[in-house]
Amino acid sequence: MTRPNTFRSGPDERGHFGIYGGRFVAETLMPLILEVEKAYKAAKADPAFEGEIRQHLKQYVGRPNPLYYAERLTEKLGGAKIYFKREELNHTGAHKINNCIGQILLARRMGKTRIIAETGAGQHGVATATVCALFDMPCVIYMGETDIARQQPNVFRMKLLGAEVVPVTSGARTLKDAMNEALRDWVTNVADTYYLIGTAAGPHPYPAMVRDFQSVIGDEVRVQMQELEGRLPDSLVACVGGGSNAIGLFHPFLDDPSVAMIAVEAAGHGIEKGPLEHAASITGGRPGVLHGNRTYLLQDEDGQIIEGHSISAGLDYPGVGPEHAWLNDVGRVEYVSATDQETLDAFQLCARTEGIIPALESAHALAEIVKRAPKLPKDHLMVLCLSGRGDKDIFSVAQHLGVKL
Amino acid sequence: MNHDTGRIAHRFAKLRAEGRAGLVTFITAGDPDLETCRTILDGLPDAGADLIELGLPFSDPMADGPAIQAASLRALNGGMTTRKVLDLVRGFRAKDGATPIILMGYYNPIHAYGVNHFLADAVEAGVDGLIIVDLPPEEDEELCIPALKAGVNFIRLATPTTDDQRLPVVLQNTSGFVYYVSIAGITGTASADNTAVGAAVGRLKRHTDLPVAVGFGIKTPDQAANIARIADAAVVGSAIVTRIADGIDAEGKARPGLAEDVLGFVRELSAGVRKARI
Repeated sequence: MTRPNTFRSGPDERGHFGIYGGRFVAETLMPLILEVEKAYKAAKADPAFEGEIRQHLKQYVGRPNPLYYAERLTEKLGGAKIYFKREELNHTGAHKINNCIGQILLARRMGKTRIIAETGAGQHGVATATVCALFDMPCVIYMGETDIARQQPNVFRMKLLGAEVVPVTSGARTLKDAMNEALRDWVTNVADTYYLIGTAAGPHPYPAMVRDFQSVIGDEVRVQMQELEGRLPDSLVACVGGGSNAIGLFHPFLDDPSVAMIAVEAAGHGIEKGPLEHAASITGGRPGVLHGNRTYLLQDEDGQIIEGHSISAGLDYPGVGPEHAWLNDVGRVEYVSATDQETLDAFQLCARTEGIIPALESAHALAEIVKRAPKLPKDHLMVLCLSGRGDKDIFSVAQHLGVKL
Repeated sequence: MNHDTGRIAHRFAKLRAEGRAGLVTFITAGDPDLETCRTILDGLPDAGADLIELGLPFSDPMADGPAIQAASLRALNGGMTTRKVLDLVRGFRAKDGATPIILMGYYNPIHAYGVNHFLADAVEAGVDGLIIVDLPPEEDEELCIPALKAGVNFIRLATPTTDDQRLPVVLQNTSGFVYYVSIAGITGTASADNTAVGAAVGRLKRHTDLPVAVGFGIKTPDQAANIARIADAAVVGSAIVTRIADGIDAEGKARPGLAEDVLGFVRELSAGVRKARI
């Protein structure tokens, strides 16, 4: 494959990143998808929209969050100099709010009066419920029954924020089924409803739009690293489910050839155990079409979608954002994976060494750093996207560690 | 419009000659099990189905309501595959050379099979048309254009959200007939108001010479008859599939007489459609 002049020009007019992306939705939704695209284009060209987002990110979310030198972890691993981008310090405790602020402002511009969203771990659901409370809009969150059981604190948070949480009982009752149900709601309530998708996937323009809203992560890292070290980082590491925190960190650096990028998928019980046992769509899946886009999917020979497994509810989605699929194929980003066990180990290491309890999702990226940093020189600047905090995960971690709370 | 010599065009010409609307019936291939499905499928023409939509089961039917979601799951749990769906069509075609069969489903199973390979096998098996819910005109190069080249009709859904400006885009590569989805929503839920449907069919007719079939929310012979007065065909899906679900025992097995009961219901629907214009 020939190397493109830029890695940052995608998608094309029809929403394609190479062969990935597109708009694979039912006709009922198509006019609405085109309307979202048109509204987003107009908003992007309007400095007032950008100003509104900036103001909310600063005053409400608390940005910029620090680029923190993880000194003890760096010493412990004895190699690369490790920085954490502290997305877990955002209001609501994860990077998800960056995208929600952008999209709800767009929904308001479009005159929509009702918000729906899907959620897996509940972080996007909480972030959506939060902005809906802030902007006084009714909010319906679809969440698989299985996820509701393992993420009780977030379910209660959403309810406190005034959202209606609808348990999804179809399929495996996790994130993919929640997305199916949200699409069914949208197709039924096209006139007044805006679907606030939580990751950089789905039909065009969502993957590009969510990426744009999350790129504040990488933009800040660029400036902060310049201030701290006077140069660009050498490598960036982030976890990937749908891939919104990863694309947000990576995208501003895609055309800086000296910056290596590593995305970490969830290997669950191990990729070699087959697609029922992991959630690594790129490492262990193949291209297909689901939820509005062509991308890498966990699927059987007959094209039926397989429900993956991960210890982390935020990563066990059988697909991945289409831009990631493309970045993998062109070789710009390296896609690797971490198992549940490696993740649990990294989770505990981070808590004890840095006094930070990371989200299980982010702990996947940490697991890769534990593998990689010791082999790198001390002047290698490595940035980890600490995409969320782990308070929501303490119950499931306790269970995995055999601790009764 | 191309001169269409396929079974779908022939069937609508025959219906026009008879001065009546057609009944399009939907069942999911492999539901509730392969053998019972085969019995139902083979009995449909005699029970009065003028065209047959056969659902290609998919794990994630985003545009379908609970009834067809459950039918898909039953079929997949019973080991249904795309290859077996085509075998089912081949078996039907050996006995019936005239009743059009339209496969309805989602793109990924066809994508996984390989588009060209799938089209070649579908034509050989005797498939006449495709309705692929998640392939709008914006993605025509994926399957629609190759299907037309292979001689398979690509039937598009037009919906209440398809406005006059967009309609020509939707109709451009549509062939066989146009399927008007009478409600903004998923299958098997709300029913549309007849006046609104009549107006929508009239609007479609101003844009195309193709026959217009109307579906979503048609559950009874009377509702089918009402649609048959204003459209070229009435499509009944979830109501038939629900009838199949009602005939399953607690272990998920088909009770004796399930196929006869389902075909009996189709006879009632057909009687409704046939009396509509007399």
